[in-house]
Amino acid sequence: MHTKSHIDIIATFLFLCIATLGISSVYSATSEFGVFSLFEGRSGKQMMFLGIAIFIGLVFLLLNSNFFELFSWPIYGAIMLLLVAVLFVGSDINGARSWIKIGSFSLQPAEFAKYGTAFAVSSLLSTIGFSFYKKADVLKLIVVILLPMALIVLQGDTGSALVFASFILVFYREGLSPLLLVLGISIIAIFVLTLVYGSLIFSVAMIVLLGVVFAFTYTNKKILLPSILIVVLTILLSLSVQFLFDNVLQDHQKKRIQVTLNLIEDNQGAGYNVNQSKIAIGSGGWSGKGFLNGSHTKGDFIPEQTTDFIFCTIGEEGGWLLSSGTILLFVLLILRLYHMANRAKKKYKRVFIFSLASILFFHLTINVGMTIGIMPVIGIPLPFISYGGSSVLSFTVFMFTALKMDASRDEDLTSEF
Amino acid sequence: MNFRFRSYYIYVAVVFIGLIYVLRLLEIQVLDDKYSLIAEKISLRKQTIYPQRGLILDRNKKLMVYNEPVYDLMLSVPIKLQDIDTTEFCRLVNIERSEFDKRLEKAKRTAYHGKAIFIKNVSNVIFARLQERLYEYKGFFFEIRQDRNYKYNSSSHVLGYLGEITRSDLESQQESYYEQGDFMGKNGIEKFYEEYLRGVKGESYFYVDKFGVNKGIYKEGKLDINPKDGRNLYLSLDIDLQQYGEGLLDNKMGSVVALDPKTGEILALISSPFFDPANFNIQNRSKHYADALMDPTKPMFNRAVSAPYPPGSTFKPIMALIGLQDGAIYPETHFGCPGYYRLGRRIIKCHGHTFNTSLERSIASSCNTYYCNTFKAMMQSDKYANTEAAYNSWRNYLESFGLGQELGVDVSGEFKGWLKDASFYDRMHGKGSWNYSRIISLSFGQGELGMTPIQMANVAAIIANRGHFYTPHVVHRIEGVNEIPEKYRVKHRTMISPTTFDPVIRGMLLVNESGTAAGVSIKGINIAGKTGTVQNPHGKNHAAYMAFAPAENPRIAIAVIVEEAGYGATWAAPIANLMIEHYLKPDSVLISSRSYLETRLREANLIPEKFIRKSDTTSNAH
Repeated sequence: MHTKSHIDIIATFLFLCIATLGISSVYSATSEFGVFSLFEGRSGKQMMFLGIAIFIGLVFLLLNSNFFELFSWPIYGAIMLLLVAVLFVGSDINGARSWIKIGSFSLQPAEFAKYGTAFAVSSLLSTIGFSFYKKADVLKLIVVILLPMALIVLQGDTGSALVFASFILVFYREGLSPLLLVLGISIIAIFVLTLVYGSLIFSVAMIVLLGVVFAFTYTNKKILLPSILIVVLTILLSLSVQFLFDNVLQDHQKKRIQVTLNLIEDNQGAGYNVNQSKIAIGSGGWSGKGFLNGSHTKGDFIPEQTTDFIFCTIGEEGGWLLSSGTILLFVLLILRLYHMANRAKKKYKRVFIFSLASILFFHLTINVGMTIGIMPVIGIPLPFISYGGSSVLSFTVFMFTALKMDASRDEDLTSEF
Repeated sequence: MNFRFRSYYIYVAVVFIGLIYVLRLLEIQVLDDKYSLIAEKISLRKQTIYPQRGLILDRNKKLMVYNEPVYDLMLSVPIKLQDIDTTEFCRLVNIERSEFDKRLEKAKRTAYHGKAIFIKNVSNVIFARLQERLYEYKGFFFEIRQDRNYKYNSSSHVLGYLGEITRSDLESQQESYYEQGDFMGKNGIEKFYEEYLRGVKGESYFYVDKFGVNKGIYKEGKLDINPKDGRNLYLSLDIDLQQYGEGLLDNKMGSVVALDPKTGEILALISSPFFDPANFNIQNRSKHYADALMDPTKPMFNRAVSAPYPPGSTFKPIMALIGLQDGAIYPETHFGCPGYYRLGRRIIKCHGHTFNTSLERSIASSCNTYYCNTFKAMMQSDKYANTEAAYNSWRNYLESFGLGQELGVDVSGEFKGWLKDASFYDRMHGKGSWNYSRIISLSFGQGELGMTPIQMANVAAIIANRGHFYTPHVVHRIEGVNEIPEKYRVKHRTMISPTTFDPVIRGMLLVNESGTAAGVSIKGINIAGKTGTVQNPHGKNHAAYMAFAPAENPRIAIAVIVEEAGYGATWAAPIANLMIEHYLKPDSVLISSRSYLETRLREANLIPEKFIRKSDTTSNAH
């Protein structure tokens, strides 16, 4: 048995591959706009941020392995302060007040909020005696999660707030009742079915279903009441979803959802991005049009091409091979991180690494999903690839923090589960 | 409790999502080519590169028609029109804001291959002004096409003009060469030789961005096609002669056609009044078209090939030839003329000349009586069973001269003239109940007979050639093509044998020596001619004349008609003779009597009062 564990080579390698892909994609997406070198413009900045982040990451590797555990709450607190500050001193970009201008750079605290929250959650969950069945513990957890979410929603950046849903996976892993997950999935199913078929048809279908179930199980009186209760609840939920959708959601939000569900076709309006994105990716074919040769990328047809829709460039210029390869890289990295989380000896580290893996999983699912038209357009970046200083910085630092925790696992004593 | 196993569910979920996405990507990238097609439609543009249209030159290689670029302001119809400074843009292109919106809407409606014309035929000034600032207005670009311009205000009826292709032209084309908005020859030479003149359009494929701005060449230009310039066309026209004739016909209504009898080449083809061809190019047409159409003197009507005139006395040489060939008369035949021809109670007047008329003198002095007698002799000849048979024979002779049918010239608007079937007279007088006396006026070129000036010039060429002709044409040479179209190289023979022509040509020479045109003859050139004064029921007589020269080796055959002018000898003959001299001796200085004649002709205004528009008279008064 070796006594000193090292930084995980596989995860580092996967991370570097993805980050390199990111820089070249950003370069390709901007190469038509007066940027003639990898080191200029957005790709240059992306490299710089990555460099800074890796530098910070390397510094982290030198820190005492208990540093993060000790400073969990101060880090969380500092980032929460930034989230509050942005509401007052932030500048508006695209209708969201999410950026703090520092010189020529803009900092987006929401990107760091995931990182900060992961510390707080890790710390909370690893508290001795923590239980999902203690009201006080759960309440603390809810506050820790909802505080950044609320602040981010206040900034007008709903997409980034939704990312915090990924902590559900962490909680599930740590013992949260699966009923909550089932409930969550059911609510999403009810939401989708209501929007597709309308609450009336949905309700009728549920009652018919109840009738069918009852016809086969009428001897079993035990399940009668609960199943009636479930049906009534789902119908109520469906009606409220309909109400929510018709009266609360803003038009552009409604349209994004409708476009995703193929309920309306609006290629000039709400569906414009997704349509152009699908065209760009779809025209890539097997092996793509070649690096810097994407006509749709060059033509600037897709808004947010370097940030949220960076996957289009990969799909168009690299075709199915590169876009599938990218997904494979992410899947491998996420699985590796989950593996690293599970091999941690301390619960704190396990939760932290698990949080990173889950957040990456959420980002991948939503970001790639929206570019290929199977998820609604939610403006969150593709980690390590999308252009954006805050995003690159926070994910990379997050990554290195996780790597450091994993690397120092041998120093830890096997902790309680 | 150890929840490690729950991780495995999450692993499965990660792999599951990854798999779904990879399959979805397979679907849209590989299995469904819809997106590739849409992508090309959105971002691939075909730019048409218009070739230089062939130049048009005269027989002496003098440039007549050349190209002038016209600029269409195009809008590469973007998916989203970029924010532009509309006010400034409107100022630059000189349109109202509301007009801008209207044009934008129209462009969106009419977009074809992702682009639409925003403003057609932008002026040079606007082009220059906008071109340097075009980068500010993404999506707008210029497409350059070739319009025509002209070195000479001349020959408009021959040259024709270009026009934008019509819907029906588009639909009826066989090789699908043209696209909406293309120019093509609509009339005249431009139309007849369109295929040679137009060249071949080129194509260039490039990518555009969402504003329609060019983003680079598609596949390194592998699909591009270079344009091929059109072939230059040399006309048989002699632009000097043409312009000289146009000057002489100034302020007259009429026509001149001059041919090279040896080849059938048209040396000059004038229809007066004419229009400035530059007024009818793409850029100017709209300003002048209605005006030209309303003009009562019909400047757009090509009299030279479209207007049938009774030939009057210019018909007499033809009648003489038919009479000789058919045996109705002999070269020695004399008829006595008391100054009239009596037909029962009717009298056909003749002019004062000596009583005993020979064939030659009958032409020189234009004796009606001689031809009434000739015609009667032919119509009553024992050769023919009846008048109808004789008439049909007479008609066949004329058809062999190219009369009563289209010659097939390469000038637009050709009319076949009038030459009636015997059935026409059957209907008029009753079957079998008409004889020579009913149609005697045909013998001296009146009645139901109509020849276009080009037909008349062709008759002069036939006489000059002693019996054959080549279909008149204005094409002299097509660059890069060895021969002109075959139909202009075929020798057409008439039914008159070559030797028959001698006495007739002698008579025609007498016309200038001592006959009706003696007063306007040209010293040193043997001109064989025939004057005609054509009765016109609508006004003054038309002056007519046909001739060829030099008689011993004819190089030019000519026909002149001046409408409502009076005597052929006074108005038509001098024009023809001056043009003959101008063509045969371009360098000789006109002696004073000639220059007097020339000035008199140039300055004469023979346009009848009834055709002068009020607006013209008032403007002249100032």
